[in-house]
Amino acid sequence: MGRYVIRRLLQMIPVFFGATLLIFLMVNVMGDPIAGLCGDRECDPATAAQLRREFGLDKPVGQQYLTYMGNVFTGDFGTAFNGQKVTELMATAFPVTIRLTIVAILFEIVIGITLGVLTGLRRGRPVDTGVLVLTLVVISVPTFVTGLLLQLLLGVEWGWIKPAVSPEATFGELVVPGLVLASVSLAYVTRLTRTSIAENRRADYVRTAIAKGLPRRRVISRHLLRNSLIPVVTFIGTDIGALMGGAIVTERIFNIHGVGYQLYQGIVRQNTQTVVGFVTVLVLVFLAANLIVDLLYAVLDPRIRYA
Amino acid sequence: MPEPQYEDGQTMAPTGAGGAVDLATSEGERLERPPSAASGGQAPAGPEGSPTGKPRSLWSDAWRDLRRNPVFLISGVVILFLVLVSLWPSALTSGNPLDCDLAKAQQGSQPGHPFGFDGQGCDVYTRTVYGARTSVTVGVLATLGVAVLGSVLGGLAGFFGGGWDAVLSRITDMFFAIPVVLGGLVLLSVVTSSTVWPVIGFMVLLGWPQISRIARGSVITAKQNDYVQAARALGASNSRMLLRHITPNAIAPVIVVATIALGTYIALEATLSYLGVGLKPPTVSWGIDISAASQYIRNAPHMLLWPAGALAITVLAFIMLGDAVRDALDPKLR
Repeated sequence: MGRYVIRRLLQMIPVFFGATLLIFLMVNVMGDPIAGLCGDRECDPATAAQLRREFGLDKPVGQQYLTYMGNVFTGDFGTAFNGQKVTELMATAFPVTIRLTIVAILFEIVIGITLGVLTGLRRGRPVDTGVLVLTLVVISVPTFVTGLLLQLLLGVEWGWIKPAVSPEATFGELVVPGLVLASVSLAYVTRLTRTSIAENRRADYVRTAIAKGLPRRRVISRHLLRNSLIPVVTFIGTDIGALMGGAIVTERIFNIHGVGYQLYQGIVRQNTQTVVGFVTVLVLVFLAANLIVDLLYAVLDPRIRYA
Repeated sequence: MPEPQYEDGQTMAPTGAGGAVDLATSEGERLERPPSAASGGQAPAGPEGSPTGKPRSLWSDAWRDLRRNPVFLISGVVILFLVLVSLWPSALTSGNPLDCDLAKAQQGSQPGHPFGFDGQGCDVYTRTVYGARTSVTVGVLATLGVAVLGSVLGGLAGFFGGGWDAVLSRITDMFFAIPVVLGGLVLLSVVTSSTVWPVIGFMVLLGWPQISRIARGSVITAKQNDYVQAARALGASNSRMLLRHITPNAIAPVIVVATIALGTYIALEATLSYLGVGLKPPTVSWGIDISAASQYIRNAPHMLLWPAGALAITVLAFIMLGDAVRDALDPKLR
């Protein structure tokens, strides 16, 4: 197990550098960051050259990347062009998005798995068909349309929620945005659990468990569910990174000032330091979530050993 | 290989611990395991299945199943209709999608204009009909690009293994670590062209790892089959094994995932347009219309509902088609 973790950590290193380099190159393609500094006017060439020197932008991209990574490892994510430290932006943005992601993941686990178990045990019945159709509808409507419609109905027409989230972004305010963020994944979790449960229900060990007279609840929770959850755990784990990165749309709809908002502002204002810094953290979160998922396999399925 | 190992030494990636993953994923995300159609190679091909004594192939079996499946028939008809509309939009409307009259902006349904008018006073019905072409073009071309690039790279990695496989797997991981919408915002924010090509190019660039992983796993499964070993023992060349034995038996999961992904690419185009980096006017697309309508949603929701409805039905049709094909190709569910 220990050796496996070490090997995985070593494998994460090239992936981490590759992904951050990729985003670094992409941001460089994004355009001249100095141009964004002078507002809508053309920059004075002398000022531009001085700014370039100041930010180290006159050096080749490879060297810029190395300098940047060197700084990141000492905890310095650079300064946004408005003079604010990127780490300060992160300190305000990440808690909000983490709360949003927690709400979304809770929806996925509670509603998704419950619906999946219910439908998986009742394959072909009306409940099953109804939920399946519902998941298909949720999947096929783009998230931003779902979000806009829910905001219009719940926020504006019926007045159940505030249409925009306050800067504090408490858990209570994030329930509906969290549901919107989770919606598509929720549908996938439901379908995934359903397939998995339906497949394992015919397994020998379930028949054995029933035959030896275990109560139905115990057969389902200890035998069936535990064996069926492996693909679901994989999905939810990889989804954590995707949710945090994909929150751009949801945060835009509900005016939540989280990671997605900062990234969007960073891209629109060509604020390269902000973009690269936030993406670097997102990549780390994604890699860590994947590692944890792989380790969870062994907990759920003792047959898996780590060589 | 980084995957955890079962005790019998099987890697988890190609076989999947819990069997089928139901669908591809949201907004072009990750599906690590191939649907269990990966085991297509072991499909029943016994002579007992058919009266003529000719062995039935996986594909003819699947086709027999599909023809009787109402889900397949309905989604097939919807997709056929969409393709026809995108080829000949003028058959459904005599209007011009760019012919707008500001005086009629945001007005509701009128005789001759069943869906009303949008914020610029353009006929929503005409624009919805013409939007089909763009969405279908983006979906089909992006899927083709992703499927070809992904299955060639992933298939070769799975077949040859070794260093190339290790490098490719790490590159796949790198691309997976970048959130799709975010990559789109960064890469497409500089594009000024109003054609569909930058959007398609972006989707291929960030989409191929999804197919590549599936093709890789599927090829590894197919490679272990006895008939492939037999072909190798008989001295078949690599290219013959790949083309004659592996590809036909490993392609099923790729087709299924690609079909479902086609729908998600169409939805992704709309999302990118909503964020202001997707397609740009004067191109007519559902994504552009939905995002333009989102500003007026409180006063004139009809402007949003028609193109969004068309988009949802299209995405739904492709997902259901992929689902039906997957069920037909998966012998386990029979």
